[in-house]
Amino acid sequence: MSTARSDPDNKSRARIVGPVTLTTLGQQRTFLDGQAGAMSLDFSGVTQLDTAGAWAIASFQAAEKAKGREVRIENATEAQTLLLQTVVEAMPSPRKRRRRLPHHEAGDLLFDVGKSVSVFAVGLGHTIGFLGLVLTRLATTALHPSRLRFTALAHHMQQAGLNAVPIVGLMGFLIGIVLAFQGASQLEQFGAEIYVVDLISISMLRELGILLTAIIVAGRSASAFTAAIGSMKMREEIDAMRVLGLDPIELLVLPRVLALLFMLPILGFVANMAGLLGGALMAWIDLGISPAMFRTQLAANTAVSHALVGLSKAPIFAMIIGLVGCYQGLQVEGNTDSLGSRTSRSVVVAIFLVIVVDAVASIFFSIWGV
Amino acid sequence: MEDTVISVRKLTNRFGKTVIHQNLDLDVRRGEVLGVVGASGSGKSVLLRSIVGLQHPAAGTITVLGTEVLTDPPTETEVKAGNPDAVQNKWGVMFQDGALFSSLTVRENVEAPMREKLDFDAQTRAALADLRIAMVGLPEKAGDLFPSELSGGMRKRAGLARALALDPQILFLDEPTAGLDPISASEFDNLILSLQKALGLTVFLVTHDLDTLHATCDRIAVLAQKKVLVTGTMAEMMEVDDPWVRSYFHGPRAHAAQMQAAD
Repeated sequence: MSTARSDPDNKSRARIVGPVTLTTLGQQRTFLDGQAGAMSLDFSGVTQLDTAGAWAIASFQAAEKAKGREVRIENATEAQTLLLQTVVEAMPSPRKRRRRLPHHEAGDLLFDVGKSVSVFAVGLGHTIGFLGLVLTRLATTALHPSRLRFTALAHHMQQAGLNAVPIVGLMGFLIGIVLAFQGASQLEQFGAEIYVVDLISISMLRELGILLTAIIVAGRSASAFTAAIGSMKMREEIDAMRVLGLDPIELLVLPRVLALLFMLPILGFVANMAGLLGGALMAWIDLGISPAMFRTQLAANTAVSHALVGLSKAPIFAMIIGLVGCYQGLQVEGNTDSLGSRTSRSVVVAIFLVIVVDAVASIFFSIWGV
Repeated sequence: MEDTVISVRKLTNRFGKTVIHQNLDLDVRRGEVLGVVGASGSGKSVLLRSIVGLQHPAAGTITVLGTEVLTDPPTETEVKAGNPDAVQNKWGVMFQDGALFSSLTVRENVEAPMREKLDFDAQTRAALADLRIAMVGLPEKAGDLFPSELSGGMRKRAGLARALALDPQILFLDEPTAGLDPISASEFDNLILSLQKALGLTVFLVTHDLDTLHATCDRIAVLAQKKVLVTGTMAEMMEVDDPWVRSYFHGPRAHAAQMQAAD
């Protein structure tokens, strides 16, 4: 290790010894701090010097100079002199480091609330604008079906639809089981076990099947859409499309939205059937309601309209998920942080909107009396 | 000092069935600027990535500063603890577009390696980072900016500042002047040269830029036919009797660069 020491004979002449580098910086600075008042610095004992070391020397010189003393460097090699010179020239002028402390004032809360409201309102406006844009393109495509990218559409139908069948089916099946199990223990008290069939079928077909499917698809596909389109945005692929006269809405957004429009009702149907299956199984095991009895009760008491009401919400949910996913993707900016935050936002917003719309639809259907 | 700091022996790299390098040998001497040239796809960047350990070659040995980087890599804790003997702490790499961390400011980017590997107080770290930022010729206020707010040239300089953060002995530069305007490019050449002189760096420079080759390189290595075809000074390159090397160093662009260098 370095053994920095001062010359005992001459207090004004300091001798710095050993490597003066990044790794020995702490030691050498302590040594230099003890040499205040030295007229010259002898370099003959320096074995190694790097920019960090040179910085320490230059800071020492600058500090002494501020006190009106010039520190000469002696016996430095040519390379060391050059390095010192480079560092001295580059030395940033000492400045007060601005501490960016959080600054609070009365009314900050009000300001923040106002800001988030205005950001929300602007965002909502943009989203509605985006919805309009996509609908226009959809209309154009409906008039000229040949403009639709069928390969992309089929690809996204597979990705967002077919590949989601196992998870959606399993989810529906388990929800059916849970409903049957919970319902059974309550209805058993009244001897009304048979109504577990109605409980399962109505709640599953009308609400839970499609709602939970939409939530799963929002988690699966909205994030995938945002990440895919967002990384294309970052790599300037979207700009390239625009310059080439290709429409990113038509190429990227429409196939994804349409794929969800086609696939979400099917996925919802899969979830419904799986739910009924799970419920029937549990009713059979737990309450001894045979599958045949389950079927009879189902056909007698549950109108098809329940299933239709449930599935009628699927296209709306599909639009929400597709639009939010694609819109957030197109909002990604040039850095990786924004890709991450947009992806998470897209999932949160999509799920939130799906639930809000479901609640509104619930009220609407009950007023309408369906 | 004429010793070898990087020595590559019988290096073979392949991606699937595509062979990039076959029995490639290369030596880099201490304190020199070695320019690596070759056609697009000849494996210049792959060679760089192999040496710094980002690409595991199929065969061969690579020795950097006496350490066999392939068979004897320092343990992760050693590198992290800032062991000055760990070879990973003795080189700096500047990637093509800077590869700055986009969520950090330029100063934080330059501080990042010091923060991970050295035990300094925040003030020293910031001062050293500011010094590096100034040394690569960035304005003082650039330290507070985020990479997305910088121009391409500034990003490259910031990438260089980060590569210099740990005072490396070897500097790897991947296409340092690609995408820069001629003025910035020649400024960058001068910057590399003056830093190399002042810091006594060994520079491994992958480039396409003939002006950079003329302005900075002590020696040039030509990658072709899956190996290092020839190495030598610029003058020696002019004499090589290989069709590709001839057309590279005698093409119309080469003449312009040569005349400029002669001025």
